[in-house]
Amino acid sequence: MLDTIIYVLNIAIPLAFLVPFALFAVYFERKVSAFMQDRLGPNRVGPRGYFQTIADILKLLQKEDITPAEVDKPLYNVAPILVFMGSYAAFAAIPFTSIYIGSNIDLGILYIVAVSSFVVAAILMAGWASNNKYTLLGAMRSAAQMISYEIPTVIVIISMIIIAGTMNLFTLSELQTSSIYNWMIFGGPDMGWKKFALLPLSVIGFMIMYISTLAEVNRTPFDIPEAESELVSGYHTEYSGIKFAMFFLAEYANMFAVSIVVVSIFFGGYQSPFGYLGNTLGLSWFVPAEQFFWFTVKGIFFVFVQMWLRWTLPRLRVDQLMTMCWKYLIPISLVNLVVIALIMVL
Amino acid sequence: MDRVTKDELTPKIVSALLNSDTDISLDDALENDMILSMGPQHPATHGVLRLLLRLDGETIMACVPEVGYLHRGYEKMAENMSFTEYIPHTDRLDYLSPPANNSAYALAVEKLLGIEAPPRAQYIRMMMMEFSRICSHLVAIGSLAMDIGALTVFLWTLREREKVLNFYDEICGARFTTSYTRIGGVAQDVKPETFKGIKQFLDEFESNIHEFEKLLNTNKIFIQRLEGIGQISAEDAIDIGLSGPNLRACGVEFDLRRATPYYFYNDIDFKVVTFSEGDALARYFVRCDELRESRKIIYQILDKMPNGEIMLNSPKKVTPRKVEIYTKMEELIHDFMITNFGVNPPIGEIYSAVENPKGELGFYIVSNGEGHPWKMKIRSPSFCNIQSLPLLTKGYMISDVVAIIGSIDPVMGEADK
Repeated sequence: MLDTIIYVLNIAIPLAFLVPFALFAVYFERKVSAFMQDRLGPNRVGPRGYFQTIADILKLLQKEDITPAEVDKPLYNVAPILVFMGSYAAFAAIPFTSIYIGSNIDLGILYIVAVSSFVVAAILMAGWASNNKYTLLGAMRSAAQMISYEIPTVIVIISMIIIAGTMNLFTLSELQTSSIYNWMIFGGPDMGWKKFALLPLSVIGFMIMYISTLAEVNRTPFDIPEAESELVSGYHTEYSGIKFAMFFLAEYANMFAVSIVVVSIFFGGYQSPFGYLGNTLGLSWFVPAEQFFWFTVKGIFFVFVQMWLRWTLPRLRVDQLMTMCWKYLIPISLVNLVVIALIMVL
Repeated sequence: MDRVTKDELTPKIVSALLNSDTDISLDDALENDMILSMGPQHPATHGVLRLLLRLDGETIMACVPEVGYLHRGYEKMAENMSFTEYIPHTDRLDYLSPPANNSAYALAVEKLLGIEAPPRAQYIRMMMMEFSRICSHLVAIGSLAMDIGALTVFLWTLREREKVLNFYDEICGARFTTSYTRIGGVAQDVKPETFKGIKQFLDEFESNIHEFEKLLNTNKIFIQRLEGIGQISAEDAIDIGLSGPNLRACGVEFDLRRATPYYFYNDIDFKVVTFSEGDALARYFVRCDELRESRKIIYQILDKMPNGEIMLNSPKKVTPRKVEIYTKMEELIHDFMITNFGVNPPIGEIYSAVENPKGELGFYIVSNGEGHPWKMKIRSPSFCNIQSLPLLTKGYMISDVVAIIGSIDPVMGEADK
């Protein structure tokens, strides 16, 4: 009985983090875009518009749940849940602090990659079940894009695994402790000539991975699946009310998930770049709180970069997207992998 | 699935889509090439343009534009109202550049009546026409960028347009539907403070153009999305009847301000911007450079602006001034006649065209001597420009279609009339 309760709590903790995060991120995105576009952004609901997203969510909850007449009902209804499930499940293997990780499995990164590609199936489901040409096109594009861009991501992850020697994100984060120079982006915790040989390769790896994660979460310049000027809203055109909110939540959960995976692999996960105030003061209980702070700040920073790109760049065309992946990212990441492997063998 | 059935379409469209050479059947969309109905409600079709696309995957096999969703019968309506009464309706033709439409219409009617507005009124009209060119091109550039996915540029260009609309407000009393011209002049004079404001706006405008150009011109994605897309040769463009920036992007140096000068464009020094590529990128560049040219033109207009009357004093043909109506017999009679029955032009017909932001806007008016046109035909640039879509889109992808529509920049209010 107690076990069950602990399991449920364990599962619920990321949700308790994610829902407020999504509410904040939507508000943040609107403010960031407003700032970039010489506008004010939401400023009516609550002080400085803080409660705008809460009002929006309440509105979405109250809306009539419209199911178009000719949709494939089971698939149509299950797709929004699966989309969110795919991105939520990824949080199981992400260490939030040194004391909390949903499931400390040794194949952590591999699990995240596997489970987040589940989203592709859900998106295809949504696009197909909606029985609409635009959603179908959106879903097709999305499937092609996400599957293609998983390849460079995984290749970069493999090269990083070679350096770190672990697939467990918790161990990986612990490796990058105590100093900013131990972060993988600076060549990992090993001091010596290898570190300086690995440094540029890690930076290249990071850039490739960040670009391909953008494509995986369908953000600009890779937001082709939901390109609003072409495909109305892509695969979720037909959804409204709470089901639409699920897609929205999944999108923001996904944004944070990929950001935090990048952070965990390259930027020390929850580790502080400067050492801990709690350790200096001798308050050991304060350290996890600091770690959570850094975890959130780093995650939100990369989410911010995603937003920044979204409001600056146009989107690519489908064929250009594929060219970018297969002709540039994959070859570069493969070469990167081989060189890293050679350095590690030496 | 919103299947397109044969009953929904006119036989002409069906035959255009089928091309009589393939195995397509419209009723079963998934079996073969897909028919996608893009619009009339679609974020990228700039209003209510409907495109029927035959797709092979995402490649366009055939494209049939269908217009008429915004048809309000403006040509017919003109036959039932006096010439002055029709002016507000010209606002709603190309609703992104109302003052230009007003001026074009007033010019046509004045030609028919055989009168000419006083120089100051003409200069004010020229200024308003260049302002509407700036407005219209800003929206065109912004929405082209937005169609491609760069949302921020749209807001930035609209910010500039907003400043111009404020000048409209000061000059005409309305920001959007200006109805500024009258037959024989303009409605109100421009205040000296407004000229000062305009000068200040123009001084800052160059750097503001540069601001959004920096975001686009050096952006590799933007260039890649537009370069070589929707290419059209000069011969095809002339055959189809393209005009305005779209024609000049094909390397044809044709601008009505130069070709058949009206108002005082002969005295103004400006360059007719041409690019030779004829693709979407060239059309974008033409618009950017025309913004600069318009800025130069307005500077010159401000320098040359004469003082004097803004309405012609010709009581038989132009509504007389209020002071004279109340003091003179003849004027009172003319005011009564013009208000009730309209001005009586000579019997005959006239075609007068001006270079509108979108291209050649022409009014063909046939008069039988009464106070309203016997027949009026509007040669609207957007309507002719839309004709080029089947040619431009063939062989490109859906993503390119939105870029092409954006670069052609049609306004449906004008195309459907």
